[in-house]
Amino acid sequence: MNHRYLPMTEQDQKEMLKAVGVEKIDDLFSDIPKKVRFQGELNIKPAKSETALTRELMNMAAKNADTKHYISFLGAGVYDHYSPTIVDHVISRSEFYTAYTPYQPEISQGELQAIFEYQTMICELTGMEVANSSMYDGGTSFAEAAMLAAGQTKRKKVLVSEAVNPESRAVLETYAAGQHIEVVTVPQKNGITDLDSLKGMLTDEVAAVMVQYPNFFGQIERLDEIESLAHDSKSMFVVSSNPLALGALTPPGQFGADIVVGDAQPFGLPQAFGGPHCGYFAVTKKLMRKVPGRLVGETTDDEGQRGYVLTLQAREQHIRRDKATSNICSNQALNALAASVAMTALGKRGIVEIAQQNFKKAHYAKQQLTSAGIELAEEGFTFNEFVIKLKQPVKEVNEAMLEKGIIAGYDLGRDFENRRNQMLVAVTEQRTKEDIDTFVKELAQYA
Amino acid sequence: MHKKDQPLIFELSKEGRTGYSLTALDVPDVDIQTLAPEGFIRKTAPELPEVAELDIMRHYTALSKRNHGVDSGFYPLGSCTMKYNPKVNEAVARYAGFAHVHPLQETSSVQGAMELMYDLQQHLIEITGMDEVTLQPAAGAHGEWTGLMMIRAFHEANGDYKRTKVIVPDSAHGTNPASATVAGFDTITVKSDNQGLVDLEDLKRVVGEDTAALMLTNPNTLGLFEENILEMASIIHEAGGKLYYDGANLNAVLSKARPGDMGFDVVHLNLHKTFTGPHGGGGPGSGPVGVKKDLIPYLPKPILVKNGDRYDFDYNRPDSIGRVKPFYGNFGINVRAYTYIRTMGPDGLKAVSEFAVLNANYMMRRLAPHFDLPFDRHCKHEFVLSGKRQKKLGVRTLDVAKRLLDFGYHPPTIYFPLNVEECMMIEPTETESKETLDAFIDAMIQIAKEVEETPEVVQNAPHTTIIGRLDETKAARQPVLRYRKKETVEV
Repeated sequence: MNHRYLPMTEQDQKEMLKAVGVEKIDDLFSDIPKKVRFQGELNIKPAKSETALTRELMNMAAKNADTKHYISFLGAGVYDHYSPTIVDHVISRSEFYTAYTPYQPEISQGELQAIFEYQTMICELTGMEVANSSMYDGGTSFAEAAMLAAGQTKRKKVLVSEAVNPESRAVLETYAAGQHIEVVTVPQKNGITDLDSLKGMLTDEVAAVMVQYPNFFGQIERLDEIESLAHDSKSMFVVSSNPLALGALTPPGQFGADIVVGDAQPFGLPQAFGGPHCGYFAVTKKLMRKVPGRLVGETTDDEGQRGYVLTLQAREQHIRRDKATSNICSNQALNALAASVAMTALGKRGIVEIAQQNFKKAHYAKQQLTSAGIELAEEGFTFNEFVIKLKQPVKEVNEAMLEKGIIAGYDLGRDFENRRNQMLVAVTEQRTKEDIDTFVKELAQYA
Repeated sequence: MHKKDQPLIFELSKEGRTGYSLTALDVPDVDIQTLAPEGFIRKTAPELPEVAELDIMRHYTALSKRNHGVDSGFYPLGSCTMKYNPKVNEAVARYAGFAHVHPLQETSSVQGAMELMYDLQQHLIEITGMDEVTLQPAAGAHGEWTGLMMIRAFHEANGDYKRTKVIVPDSAHGTNPASATVAGFDTITVKSDNQGLVDLEDLKRVVGEDTAALMLTNPNTLGLFEENILEMASIIHEAGGKLYYDGANLNAVLSKARPGDMGFDVVHLNLHKTFTGPHGGGGPGSGPVGVKKDLIPYLPKPILVKNGDRYDFDYNRPDSIGRVKPFYGNFGINVRAYTYIRTMGPDGLKAVSEFAVLNANYMMRRLAPHFDLPFDRHCKHEFVLSGKRQKKLGVRTLDVAKRLLDFGYHPPTIYFPLNVEECMMIEPTETESKETLDAFIDAMIQIAKEVEETPEVVQNAPHTTIIGRLDETKAARQPVLRYRKKETVEV
């Protein structure tokens, strides 16, 4: 067998078999009972050469409409944002991407320091005191927040706004079933959490009030009012947040959030058909020892030199096994690194500028669409997304728009019975005035 | 090596520098304050660093030099399968049609991505011998929990609510019991016998009407094949439980023994181990789950279906456990794994396991005279040594591991599994050459000699790294988990 990933030669094989004291490789598998030994050859496609395979896969990729060739107005939790070229260069350094979890700190200082910096940046954006080294994605991070809250308050019910991303709510439902936690939905009214309903639902059984900021419909939730309601009933206040929006918005930490979660995908991570992205998880100092996942801390070596290690590991599965705060092991380290590079490139000025551009471009798009006769589903302050009403099923409109080179918005009828023919439109800083004007012109016929 | 502190990126920041390029706002400007409720526009900018592009590149290049990856040198970390990460995988994952597609696009516009997912599933079904596969779980532990939730749904659908216990061997990965807890089960431990295999008598003792499942890694974490797998399967199945396969060690048995043929009902795979998704410094991974027929109704939704030439997502799955992750899994990692499988083909995958196993047995036999070998029999893709002999001379396994750093190696997994004293778990993988193995073996023999002659050299290791042994107690007692500007008062 000659293969570029397999350096074993026939000569090597002979020498090694001799050292082991067996005649053939198959003898090393003699402990597998005959009944379960696989006979014959796996019925999978034969190997292809590098050239032949890349040609095939390039053709397969070309069947997809990608946002490098199409103009996208699709968001709903995953966005087409500016990704500085430098991001991919940094994460392509194989000392980073071919390393394991930094369990040997002496030869993993690079990764550990990068994660320490990432934790700091997430704290800065969210206004929280502690952030972990990453979770799988925003959805699972949201679910883990509910579990932390339930464990901490010893209560078994969470209130979740209907204006939270439906994918995140669905993931939460699955996790909650495992933990016997009751999930109750707080209705939204006009695209924002209905605070009157929330008031009536808060009892001393509620572990957490969970909202999204900006919410799934793009609106800016009244974190100030929700915080006091949650804390009055001694429930935890959990906020899921698009971290890019926090370049412009007052951070949830300043409104007294206990746990802030979300996805760092807007920072340098490709949409990649839904993953891998990068969940973040930030808490108050009080909850530091309850956080799921890995934490990097600063310390010193035997000569007093500054260095970084994985710390507070007594929370984790490899130490605590069935008593761990979570079962998470692999996380999204490389994507956290990518997000760090993107956040660093944007820096203190860029993060504000990019967030404000999203606000302003979406505002412009909203104005232009209404001028063209398209009705907004609801009024209210929005970040880079908003909801419009169409006269036709969104799916039909989207198919027609694809013909024009446009990936239009999200079909809300898929998740909300009463929002048929409503489209969630995302306008990021990537969209030029010309893109927006084209979109408005094409969409006007469906008003 | 010269010790030198690498400043934090924040310490390199200087007011007025920028590292980005945004198109200037080309729509009419508006006062940002008018776009949000009062008090909701941030008053102070987050303290992100202000650095120019070259500063950024130099900073991260410096950090990368302070990090050891598979491309830097041998990485025989047991149970982690640190094999070569092919570069073509990285290129394919970056094709615009894979990297820059949105998960909620109309399915007519993402048929290529769905085709890749579907074909990957078909390949994994054949490789594992299962009936259906979901790609949704993001990592191994996530797959474990997904599989256990499905087992729970299966029992509950049969009105069987008393199955509250999951059995795990004492040699199991820590994620097994943790995943069982998150899925709402209690964990019972089954002992290993003096052969390093699950003790059948103990298994018969702990199994019962409350058994939901047995979680097993085969070969187990000692690198030994559980020869009694069929007996174990019948013990569990006769008791009404399900058999769960932790795929962390699949690299040993590709085309040799399929979990589906061994009697397993649920399997998770770590595509970032056996199928070369890079480990990325801790992730992202991908943890697909395969199941036998009777568990198909409980798979996470949506599932991918093929109608004629067209691919679709089927959300109408009334018995599904629901979503375990937004969208369809870590697609980017799945693209890499698919590229790898198609690069290897059936012969290649078979050779992978054969060479991985030969490499491990070769190292084991050559190191056996110098360290204690707790289980003297053929191993599979990895093996464990015990540092008992060295411990008597005052040198612990941790010291041996740290000494290996001086030779430019990443040490083996240490102190795991828990049932072997002063354990070292070594997994060479098939992508390493005999020369690499020989050099590592020589280093281990030299260290064994040092333990006898100059133990302090080992006890005080490492001597050549950019930093010495770090004070982990201090890190945990006075946690500093983020940078703060010096003048800022500690909260």
